[in-house]
Amino acid sequence: MFDRRLVQNFDWMLLIITLLLAASGLITLYSAARAGLPITQAFYLKQFMWYGVGFVIMIASFLISYKQFDQYAYAAYAICIFLLAAVLLVGKLVAGSKRWLVLGTISFQPSELAKVAVILVLSRYYSRTASTKGMRLRDLVIPMLLIAIPFALIVKQPDLGTAVMILLIAATLTVFTKIEKRAMIAIVSFGTVAIPMVWLLLKGYQKQRILTFLEPDRDPLGAGYHIIQSKIAIGSGMLSGKGFLEGTQNALSFLPEHHTDFIFSVLAEDWGFIGSAAVLFLFLMLIVWSLNVAHGCRDPFGALLAVGITALIGWEVFINIGMVMGLMPVVGIPLPFISYGGSAILSMMLCMGILMNISMRKYLIE
Amino acid sequence: MTDATSPKSLLKNQSPDSDWYKRRIIGLICFVIPGFVFLLLRLFYLQIIEGENFRRLSENNCIRLQSIDPPRGLIFDRKGQLLVDNRPSYDLSIVVKDAKPLEASLQHLSQYTRIPLELLWGEVEKSHNQPSFKPVLLKQDIGRDVLAALEVKRFDLPGTIVDVRLRRLYVKSQSAAHVLGYVGEISSGELKSVKYDGYKRGDLIGKSGIEKSFENYLRGERGGRQIEVNVTGQLVRVLKTVEAVPGNNVFLSFDQSLQKKAEDLLSDVSGAVVAMDPTTGYILAMASSPSYDPNMFVGGFSYDQWATFIRDPSHPLQNKAIQAEYPPASTYKIITAMAGLEEGVIDEKTTLGCPGSYKFGDREYRCWKKGGHGSVNIGRAIAESCDVFFYQVGLRLGVDRLAYYAKAAGLGALTGIQLEQESGGLIPTAAWKKRRLGVAWQGGETLSISIGQGYNLVTPLQLASMISSVANGGTQFTPLIVKKIQNASGETIKEFYPEIKGHLPVGPKNLDIIRKGLWEVVNGKSGTARIAHVEGIEVSGKTGTAQVFSRKTDSENESRRSQYLKSHAWFVAYAPSANPKIALSVLVEHGEHGASAAAPIASELIRTYLSENDK
Repeated sequence: MFDRRLVQNFDWMLLIITLLLAASGLITLYSAARAGLPITQAFYLKQFMWYGVGFVIMIASFLISYKQFDQYAYAAYAICIFLLAAVLLVGKLVAGSKRWLVLGTISFQPSELAKVAVILVLSRYYSRTASTKGMRLRDLVIPMLLIAIPFALIVKQPDLGTAVMILLIAATLTVFTKIEKRAMIAIVSFGTVAIPMVWLLLKGYQKQRILTFLEPDRDPLGAGYHIIQSKIAIGSGMLSGKGFLEGTQNALSFLPEHHTDFIFSVLAEDWGFIGSAAVLFLFLMLIVWSLNVAHGCRDPFGALLAVGITALIGWEVFINIGMVMGLMPVVGIPLPFISYGGSAILSMMLCMGILMNISMRKYLIE
Repeated sequence: MTDATSPKSLLKNQSPDSDWYKRRIIGLICFVIPGFVFLLLRLFYLQIIEGENFRRLSENNCIRLQSIDPPRGLIFDRKGQLLVDNRPSYDLSIVVKDAKPLEASLQHLSQYTRIPLELLWGEVEKSHNQPSFKPVLLKQDIGRDVLAALEVKRFDLPGTIVDVRLRRLYVKSQSAAHVLGYVGEISSGELKSVKYDGYKRGDLIGKSGIEKSFENYLRGERGGRQIEVNVTGQLVRVLKTVEAVPGNNVFLSFDQSLQKKAEDLLSDVSGAVVAMDPTTGYILAMASSPSYDPNMFVGGFSYDQWATFIRDPSHPLQNKAIQAEYPPASTYKIITAMAGLEEGVIDEKTTLGCPGSYKFGDREYRCWKKGGHGSVNIGRAIAESCDVFFYQVGLRLGVDRLAYYAKAAGLGALTGIQLEQESGGLIPTAAWKKRRLGVAWQGGETLSISIGQGYNLVTPLQLASMISSVANGGTQFTPLIVKKIQNASGETIKEFYPEIKGHLPVGPKNLDIIRKGLWEVVNGKSGTARIAHVEGIEVSGKTGTAQVFSRKTDSENESRRSQYLKSHAWFVAYAPSANPKIALSVLVEHGEHGASAAAPIASELIRTYLSENDK
């Protein structure tokens, strides 16, 4: 079963980018942790440990051919839905939302895994229904259900950011697979009618929350203030940064969530334009390289899987960095590889493993 | 599983159109590249073009948040007289990061404020593990004089901040203190509870009385501002403001003048008065003595001060009107009479003999009148409070039937008034005693119960509520102390209307018999409370004298009672007898006799209230 060509074809480039991103993440977290309570060095060590586990998962996920994932896609999806339902029932309540499953000392966010599960089932489904004319509306009924279930469960937590992320990934994959023009028009017109109606049904505080999400300035004491502090941190890094461990915004805990959602601001303050542009470039490399993997793949399932994973990384990077620079709504979306969080690291390493899996098997036919 | 790497399995997927996705990937890249260019341009703008500006802002951490506390809602009496206000207080803080050199700054401060330097250092050191840009509170409420001195020396005092904070001012100091309650800093336990979600350390919350029960209405909504400060921490400009929403104003059901009158009448004794409007359930006065000045709690309270209050045997912090439990004594005979008449064990004409005592088992149960009342019917028994008559009625009824009527009249249970920390009291039944003490009910105990002694415990509010429903013909209202709530702009947002919670289980004919007896108490030739007579107004009422000393040793103790062993005096009343407008209960701790200690207070209040309201 194990072919020598697999080793020869191993995608070293993907591994190198992964290692570089992991390293920048750990270095930045080390800097963020120095601000002291509530973020201590323990966070840095924990993240290190998560990466260790992540590497094992990555290796495990490229040992078996990705073609076998095809037949387990629905099973994986069902497990994720079960876990998401379990979160709502027995999850840990933190700051008004239930996102965590706690098993002994380990807590886990099933919504991170759900993103990968949605990519899996959609890739399987679309790889069979795709046609040159594009999918008809009736072909899209099942995918819409597959998306709606995890979406609804995650909105209920509530975790608006992750729910929107699932929609974006699914939309990217769907449009990528090609939809019939008529179906496209139907969906867009339905959306333009439905959105104002949903808006009317929302309660006052829910509208307020969405407006603040779209325009942080409406909440100058919360989200609006966080964005200002984040912009000051990033801007004050200037060309070459204040230097490793020299960022003052971060050190004085002016930055909120500086170890998770706002970690890029810490990086930008320490390393300046040179450092932050370099990390942006690494992400761009990763995305282009992943699309190259999709391009090189010889079967639609693998290609769709690679495109889905690329969409996940691409949207998260774009929205997170856009947010900390004041271009995007303030949502709880982590920066892949850099933000603190075990569930996100594990699902990201799983994604890298799958990409390597697809990449190393592209020449096996010859 | 077939070998996934075998050429055959892959060939299956190789339709002529299998490359459809390759062209679309090129399209995707056309979206990705501009996206990253967009991010890069923004980065360039923030770090290179605006970098200098942001670097300057970051150096002093210039942009800060300041919270604006909402003014707490005010409390008024029924007529709109202000009872609880807010006043400005000046709180002195220092921002360690800005106060350089720290030693010199603190020394100057100590000199101008006359606060010992060690105290200032102590406060600074206590907060050494919080970020140095956060203000450290040095002293609250420094007063206008010190403030003026600091303003003059402003430039010697970098990093010094004086915050104006609103503090509670209890306008009438001791008056209605128990009803109004007081505010205090939120405790760490309260911070963790769901009830105080959204509060932060240092917040002032209602700790008792209306302040506590109506916290949600009184608190208002916190606001805040984003400000830019200079190197020394002084305000340069306000960037954004979210205004605080002031709390709502609470209007009580009572009139401060009657409240004050009740307090004056109680001033020399320990006790409580509750007056109600029997037609609505609105409280007209609720006094508890001794009282305290809630203004003392405003600036925080030392342990010693607290301990003094707690150790005081007259319990000044307790609202005796709703929290203290006493045996109802002879006022309970109203219940025994009601039960006896309704259950048919006696009627209007039944006469029972009172030779001065009643022998039950091997014990003599005495009547308060040594010579006895002779042959008495229910009317005289109430008017003269004949114990022996009610012993016999009680025995015919049994403890459980008595308890049924007592509970139906609202005794031994929370009345549901809009104040927290109310006590329930106790009405015993045979089952209760078995469960609680593991011993069967004794017949002799029924004798004590039927004249309101024994295990019976009620609060003055419960008795006021009971007599109020006797007064109005049997309707029980939930007592209300808050009449309405208005927002800061004067619109009424909530009104508390009279709420009927039940009816006395007594027919009109039997209730009339009891009411006639109650009239005789004050107006009859041999009534026990002729002293409560008010010129020109017909008053009805019932006295009570609650024994304090333990039942087992009463005979020994009776001869050497000290002050604290003297009986409590009760008087419950309503007036005018035919068409009652006020019903009340008066309790004087260790007042010995209901007639002499409590009844005059009741009649004085009745006179004040009716003369004022008849004008």
